Amino acid sequence: MDLTFTPEEEAFRQDVRAFLKDSLPPEIEAKGARAQELSKADVEQWHALLNERGWLAVTWPVEHGGTGWTAVQRHIFEEECALGNAPRIVPFGLNMLGPVVIKFGSDEQKSEILPRILDGSDWWCQGYSEPGAGSDLASLKTRAVRDGDEYVINGQKTWTTLGQHANRIFCLVRTSVDGKPQQGISFVLVDIDTPGIEMRPITLLEGSHEVNEVFFTDVRVPVANLVGEENQGWTIAKYLLTHERTNIAGVGFATRDLKKLKEITTTVRRNGKILCEDPIFAAQLIEVEADLEAMRITNLRMLQKANDGAAPGPEASMLKIKGTVIRQRISALYRMALGPHAAGVPTDGLEHDGLPIEAVTATSLYFNNRKLSIYGGSNEIQRNIISGDIFRG
Amino acid sequence: MDFNYSDDRRMLSDSLRRYLTDQYPIEQRNSVAYTAPYHSPDHWQALADLGVLGALITEADGGFGGDGFDIAVIFEELGRALCPEPVLGNLMALRLLAAFSATDHVNAVVAGSTQAALALYEANSPDTLADVATSATNDGGSWTLNGGKTAVYGGPCANLVLVAAKTDSGLGLFIATPSSIESNAAIDGGGLADMTFDNSPAECLSENAEQEIEAAIDAGRLALCAEAVGAADVLLEMTVDYLKQRSQFGQPIASFQALQHRVVDMATEIEQARSMTILAASKFDDAERMRFLAMAKNLIGRVATHIGEEATQLHGGIGMTWEYGGAHYTKRLIMLDHQLGDRYNQVHRLLEAS
Repeated sequence: MDLTFTPEEEAFRQDVRAFLKDSLPPEIEAKGARAQELSKADVEQWHALLNERGWLAVTWPVEHGGTGWTAVQRHIFEEECALGNAPRIVPFGLNMLGPVVIKFGSDEQKSEILPRILDGSDWWCQGYSEPGAGSDLASLKTRAVRDGDEYVINGQKTWTTLGQHANRIFCLVRTSVDGKPQQGISFVLVDIDTPGIEMRPITLLEGSHEVNEVFFTDVRVPVANLVGEENQGWTIAKYLLTHERTNIAGVGFATRDLKKLKEITTTVRRNGKILCEDPIFAAQLIEVEADLEAMRITNLRMLQKANDGAAPGPEASMLKIKGTVIRQRISALYRMALGPHAAGVPTDGLEHDGLPIEAVTATSLYFNNRKLSIYGGSNEIQRNIISGDIFRG
Repeated sequence: MDFNYSDDRRMLSDSLRRYLTDQYPIEQRNSVAYTAPYHSPDHWQALADLGVLGALITEADGGFGGDGFDIAVIFEELGRALCPEPVLGNLMALRLLAAFSATDHVNAVVAGSTQAALALYEANSPDTLADVATSATNDGGSWTLNGGKTAVYGGPCANLVLVAAKTDSGLGLFIATPSSIESNAAIDGGGLADMTFDNSPAECLSENAEQEIEAAIDAGRLALCAEAVGAADVLLEMTVDYLKQRSQFGQPIASFQALQHRVVDMATEIEQARSMTILAASKFDDAERMRFLAMAKNLIGRVATHIGEEATQLHGGIGMTWEYGGAHYTKRLIMLDHQLGDRYNQVHRLLEAS
């Protein structure tokens, strides 16, 4: 048993740290520290800096311009980025579509699509969920009907994250109604400016705009935009979802958020004393810290398995459940640390009630983080996956 | 034993429910609750005309209610409708004005012409009166206040501000006009204000009002418990309706036992919260008031959080959207624990008292 990273992995961690120190623009770092919304330009700037360093496509092989990193290296990179308040890489082009095109795309698609993801020419978004197809994704109804060299697409997608910034969308569409629902799905690429597409914002409960609805009315797309074979979409979707699960535990985010939680407990007074001296609150904090330390090792155990070439099993679902619950618990405790001052919504995003600047967004972040246990396969769906493994083998 | 409300209270609760259901639907509530002045003057007057404010104090004090069940029955209805009107702040202020026989002010609040607020907490004393730093100075019979108050409920629209401030004899209670006010919407709707007092002239209601202030805060805690029960009832109904109506995998998701059991736990917790609120209301004029109010606020803080979080999860994505009314119930239920001392604060109070 050896719980340490190799000297090479430790050296890599130092490289990442040095890069973040030198290259992460301070104004982007500050937004990260406050959990403030990033502009499109912020994300593009950060992606460009990573691309320049050759660190943008962390899940791609080297021959396509990726890093070729091991699972452990990806973990170290993501952990350091979170701790350094660097933005998360927007995953739709880089960690979702990229691997799909590399695995299923034609040579033309590889040479057209991959470089444009790397250099930021394209911002991709995801057209998967529909109002009637969430957990039961295979029941999706958006139709693509072949008409000569084109598909004609009609239907609606929803929960399209950052679609407001995107110029292209990859979609699961129904190309056949014969047989099982999974057998009639295809994976197509669509330009957002194609006539008949309308993107509408969805406002979340805390007031943010990060997801959208996308309506398709007689949208004509060349058949050449199909990735893989017609009706092979479900296989591709499942492959993509395994990549969506990269960094599923979010250990780096949880570690960063716990650090901030500890910091705030040393500055706020509650119940007549500094909060960190309150044993009742400290007990909550220690419990979540213990959960996180255990999950850190669970995550590394899974990563080691992945490094050794094992396919992700139900462990990924366990990490998703535990990781999201821990992050939600930390953001709940941060909110609790603020007492009555958690409720105010400052309009200027500035310091408030003498609290540290991160406190301003803490309650919004708590509400926003409720999505963690809903998206990417809800925690209930993850439990179905695990129970399937335990009871049906 | 009889766990029913009296006829008088039932009549008030029925008329209040009818008014709020018909006149203050969730869409209108949301357009009022998040933009200044974070309440509706018309609805405020209508609530006063219905007797909502008068019911919060005794007949001897100029009202027609004033015991624990009077407060509970009203706030349960306000919770059901997610009413953003600043009744909580006025409840606490009204009881203090009555306690110190400020009859003209009492009558004006009951009539709806004055809106009162109680400025208690501060940046460094968010839940404990012993830490209040705002001070009152008496110079030849005229009082002035210095200090800052935070998160004053209903502060943005109040034209009568009661302020807790240190005096030589203890914690005093004053009427004063703040030198500056910074108003915000609460994330769950309604108005909050931070107030600064800079040599502000003040009228002294009492130089040592700690007991009366604690009693007024306990009235507020009882109100919050009842409000949570009302809001939780509605959110549970919405959740059950959604589970019945939403289909995935070819069947309503209400047919999945894993989800049914979670709804059962929610329903059970709400019944516990209802019972605890009844118990707290029954002890409201009793020597054990503090103990039962602290337990009630602790329990309701936990239950309200549980109901809010579970309702969001069971709804899936739709529960995360601004457009869905249930999301606003969730926000209210979560943030309610933060008001007038959260669950941990209540544990501290009980530990100190024991």
